[in-house]
Amino acid sequence: MGRMITIEPVTRIEGHAKVTIHLDDAGNVEKARFHVNEFRGFEKFCEGRLFYEMPQITERICGICPVSHHLVSVKACDEILGVEVPRTAKLLRELMHMGQTIQSHSMHFFELAGPDLLLGFDADPAIRNVVGVIQADAQLALKAVTLRKFGQEIISRLGERRVHPIFAVPGGVNKALPAADRDAILSQIATMIAYVQDGLAVMKAWMEKHQQEVETFAAFPTAYLGMVGKDNSLQLYDGQMRLVDAHRKEIDRFDGRKYLDYIAEHVESWSYLKFPYYKKLGWPNGVYRVGPLARLNAADRIDTPLAQKEFEIFRQVRGGKVLDGSLYYHYARLIEDLYCVERTQQLLEHPEILSMQIHTAGRVTNRQGVGVIEAPRGTLWHQYWVDEHGQLEKVNLLVATGNNNYAMSRAVEEVAKAYVKGPEVSEGALNRVEAAIRAYDPCLSCSTHALGRMPIDLAVYDPAGKQVNRKRRGQ
Amino acid sequence: MPTKVTVASDWLAGCAGCHMSLLDIDERLVTLLQHATLLSTPITDLKHPPDTGVDVGILEGAVNNSANEAVAKQMRQRSKILIAMGDCAVFGGIPTMRNCPKLEACLRRAYIETESTVDGRIPDDPELAVMQETRPLDQVVDVDIYLPGCPPPADAIFYLLTELVAGRKPQLTGKYLDWH
Ligand code: SF4
Repeated sequence: MGRMITIEPVTRIEGHAKVTIHLDDAGNVEKARFHVNEFRGFEKFCEGRLFYEMPQITERICGICPVSHHLVSVKACDEILGVEVPRTAKLLRELMHMGQTIQSHSMHFFELAGPDLLLGFDADPAIRNVVGVIQADAQLALKAVTLRKFGQEIISRLGERRVHPIFAVPGGVNKALPAADRDAILSQIATMIAYVQDGLAVMKAWMEKHQQEVETFAAFPTAYLGMVGKDNSLQLYDGQMRLVDAHRKEIDRFDGRKYLDYIAEHVESWSYLKFPYYKKLGWPNGVYRVGPLARLNAADRIDTPLAQKEFEIFRQVRGGKVLDGSLYYHYARLIEDLYCVERTQQLLEHPEILSMQIHTAGRVTNRQGVGVIEAPRGTLWHQYWVDEHGQLEKVNLLVATGNNNYAMSRAVEEVAKAYVKGPEVSEGALNRVEAAIRAYDPCLSCSTHALGRMPIDLAVYDPAGKQVNRKRRGQ
Repeated sequence: MPTKVTVASDWLAGCAGCHMSLLDIDERLVTLLQHATLLSTPITDLKHPPDTGVDVGILEGAVNNSANEAVAKQMRQRSKILIAMGDCAVFGGIPTMRNCPKLEACLRRAYIETESTVDGRIPDDPELAVMQETRPLDQVVDVDIYLPGCPPPADAIFYLLTELVAGRKPQLTGKYLDWH
C-alpha cells in the first residue's frame, strides 16, 4: 500500500510551493515532487503594453530581485531601439546589479539559510529563524543586516527606492551618479569586505565540521550554465553563456541572445514551474543547474583579487574536481558576494563613472529584442516582440529559478530518500528536505512570474486518498 | 513587563517586495523585536498563525487562487487586527492585470505557446491550487488597516508596527503614503 507525505508550505524560501513524498509498500521513498503552486501570467497580460513600460512592470515579478528584472528588461528594450548604450550607463547599471546581488546573497545566507547552519537542521522550529540567529550571535546578525542595507542603499542612491527602483531606461539610465554618492559607497567598502569574509569564515568552519553532510547532501551530476567573459571569468551583467558538463568540460558556448537555439522548456502536469534544458541533448539529458555554484563551476577565474583567492580555495576543496553537493551553493554564494563588493569598488573607481553621458535616444528600430543577465539565482532571459509603434505583441520570460527546477526536484528526492523512512518522520528530516530546496534560494514569484512561500503541513494518505496521519509543525 | 505583541504575516499573490520593505527597517528590526514576537511569517519556520490567535496579522499580495483564499481566511480568523500591506493587497495591484486576458489565454501562452516551450501542456495536477479571478484582500475578508504603496516605505511599516505595539491607533498620512 503506497502512501504520500505532503510538505506544505515550505518556509524560508520565496514562493508558494509544496513537496509530496510518495512511499512504497515498505515505507521507502519511491519518488518526491516539488510542486510550484502559483501562476501570475506576465507573458500574456503584458501584451498590448508599450515596451518601455516593461522595466517598471516586470520588477513586480519579484521584490527580492526587482533589479534583475529591471535591467534584463531594459537590455531587451535597448535592442528594440537598436542603439549603443553609453559606457557610463552600462557601468551604472552594473553597479545597481552589484547592489542587488549583495543584498540578495547576504539576506539569503544570514536570514534564510543561516538558521539551518548556525542553529542546526534539528533546532526547535520556533527559534530556527532570523530572531534565533540574533539571539545566538547578535554581532553576526547585525553584520548581516548591515550588508543587506549596504546593497539596498546602492540601489536607492541610483534609483530612488530600495524595492522597485526607477533608473534604467531604454538607451541608458535616467540619472548620473553624484560624486557624493560615489564617495559614500566607497567609504564603506572595506567594512563590507570584512563582513563578507566573516560570513565566509563561518561557512568554512561549518563545512569542516559537517564534511560528510556537505559532500553527500543532495549531490548529483548535472551540467552547469553561467555567464563568462572572453577569458572565462565570472560575469553577472554581460558576457557569453558557457555550459560545462558534470566534469567541467565545456559543452557549448553561446550568445545568450540566441537562447532559443539552445534552450527549451519542458512542462509537467504537477508544477506551474517549467523545466528548461539544453536543446541539443533533449529532455531530460540536457538538464543543467544555474546560480552561484553553477556559475563558479562554469567559470575559470574571478576578476577581483580577494574573490579570486577564495575561488582558488573553492576549486581545491575536492582537488579540482567539480563540487556538486547542493549545500555548496551557500559557499559559492558568499564568494560571489565578496566579488560583488570588490566589483562595486572597481566600478566606482572607473574614470568615467561620474560622466553625464548616460543616455542614447532612439526610436523603435527592431521588432524584437532579447535581454540576458545573471540574476542572483541564475540566468534570466526576457524577450519582447513589438509592432512598429513599440506595442508589445508577444513576451517570453525564462527566469533564474526555473533553470534550477530539475535540480530542486532532484535534490528533494535525494534528501527524502536519505532521511525519510516510513510515514513517521522527524521534523528535522522534513526540514532537511526543505533545506535542499533552500540551497537553491528559489524565487518562485520569479519563476512562475508569481509568488509564494512554504511552511510544513505533513499529511500521509493511503492509496484511496484517505488521510491516515497528519502532522503540522510550527503551530 | 507587559506581554509582547504577537505578529504573524504571509504573502499571497504579490512579489515579496512588501516583506522586503519590512526588512528594510534594517537594525530597527532588533528594537521592534523587543516589543513584538514574530510567529508564523515567510522568514520563520512556524507554518500557520496559532489557533489561539495573534494580535496583528499582516498580508501582502492579492488573492488569485484557492490556496491564497484559504491563507487569507485563516489569517483573518486568527488575527485581532488585519493589515493589508501594499498595493496588491489593498487594490489588487499588478496581479489583477491577469484578469484582462482570459485566464485560459494566460495559461495557454505560458505553458503551450511560448517560443521556448516544447510539447507544452497546462498543469492540472490535483496537488495544485485552483486559479481564481484576482481580487484585492478586502473582497475576500474584512481588513482593519490599509497600508498602500508598492511597496509601502519601510518607515511607514515601522511607524505602523510601533504604534500598534504601543497600543495606539496609527495615523497613516503624509510621508507614510507612497503612491508610486
Ligand atoms: S504591492 Fe508592490 S511590492 Fe508589494 S507585493 Fe505587490 S507588487 Fe510587490
